[in-house]
Amino acid sequence: MKLLVAFISVLVLVAIPYLGITYAGMSSVFGIIVPYAAVIIFILGFVYRIIKWARSPVPFRIPTTCGQEKSLPWIKQNKLDNPSSTTGVVGRMVLEVLFFRSLFRNTKTELRDGPSLAYASSGWLWLAAIAFHWSFLIILIRHFRLFSVPVPYFINVLENVDGFLQIGIPTLYITDVLLLAAVLYLFIRRIAIPQVRYISLVSDYFPLFLIFGIGLTGVLMRYFYRVNVIGVKELVMGLIALKPNVPADIGSLFFIHLFLISALFAYLPFSKLMHMGGVFFSPTRNLANNNRMVRHINPWNYPVHVHTYAEYEDDFRDKMKSVGLPVEKE
Amino acid sequence: MYDSGKIITGLVLFVGLVTLPFWYSIGKAQVKPDPSLNTPVINQMKVKHCIESKQFMIDNHMELLNDWRNAVVRDNKTLYVSTTGQSFTMSLEVTCFHCHSNEKQFCNQCHSYVNIQPYCWECHVKPAEEIANGH
Repeated sequence: MKLLVAFISVLVLVAIPYLGITYAGMSSVFGIIVPYAAVIIFILGFVYRIIKWARSPVPFRIPTTCGQEKSLPWIKQNKLDNPSSTTGVVGRMVLEVLFFRSLFRNTKTELRDGPSLAYASSGWLWLAAIAFHWSFLIILIRHFRLFSVPVPYFINVLENVDGFLQIGIPTLYITDVLLLAAVLYLFIRRIAIPQVRYISLVSDYFPLFLIFGIGLTGVLMRYFYRVNVIGVKELVMGLIALKPNVPADIGSLFFIHLFLISALFAYLPFSKLMHMGGVFFSPTRNLANNNRMVRHINPWNYPVHVHTYAEYEDDFRDKMKSVGLPVEKE
Repeated sequence: MYDSGKIITGLVLFVGLVTLPFWYSIGKAQVKPDPSLNTPVINQMKVKHCIESKQFMIDNHMELLNDWRNAVVRDNKTLYVSTTGQSFTMSLEVTCFHCHSNEKQFCNQCHSYVNIQPYCWECHVKPAEEIANGH
């Protein structure tokens, strides 16, 4: 049911630009207004979410138990998994952001015949995730060829490496295949494992379908139903020079692609995809384990009035003296 | 706000990266591609017609050339019969460049604009114009 809702939503998102372009001729709406609106919503929404998160108090440092913390000099510290310095934290964050180290540690629990409980490393999710994220990033950077005149040299390098198999014309990009395969795997994993399926929500399926739709329309445009790529670049260059105009004969497939991307951009700050910024706010990843070296004062502590013994004695000195109790100050 | 220094630096960097295409395009002239048909051979033609229709060539020239290469190199077939029934030698240098002898004003116009890097020149010799100019 949740799966269907997400699937139909994406189908609707495909239908809107298709109908709008084919029957209503609204190319300036889908070529100019929608992309601009999406970028503005993306940037403002992203900044809003980050500022909102940044205003929540930093919790007490959580010592992760992934490795040996800094202790006595003859006990070897695990400096990456349990850092006590900023450098160590930077190292841990880099590994987390670029290589998903904590996902790599993903384990699977199984009750086997016996009965015995078995734990095993489960690397497939990590592999699919890393293939997906890196492919997506490379594809995004590759698109810079449509956003720049002259195209920077490193884009050429990236394209050559990505297309070095030189299969077919236009050359097959490895990342295109990887992206679709990885999204497909992540989707199948979600419906094939009962526990994962049980906790899956519409907001889990929707981005998968949306990104698959973006990848698919892109692949169709490149390899099967070609669109006028010169027109596409004219449109894009017009948009970024703030002099938008829509060339006539681009092809509705491009507008579907563009609309799905706009939807993804506008949706991102309000969805789980915000882990893009959120990963930098993971307390167990970005705080050094220096609890025993640095005093961490709870930021939401308010000043508590403490009634000290000296004040107590001031209040009751006469009565204490009269019953013969010793006092510190006469 | 906590750790505002780090977070705001990160945010500014991020927004700068997202809007990079906008900054990158500032002050750069926009030259639209304009493939030229002004070559001696084409000028002498009475009916200016490529081996297939113009739209077909725009959409499919890359696939056509790829098929030609495979046909010539792998299957030893060198004759292409177009939809109008004419025969052409399957050759980039002999057939295509016979008319389109102006690579820079023709091929490269669109290819450079959208950064397409065909690997023609890994095997082929560039058209005569280029050689004459010492490239």
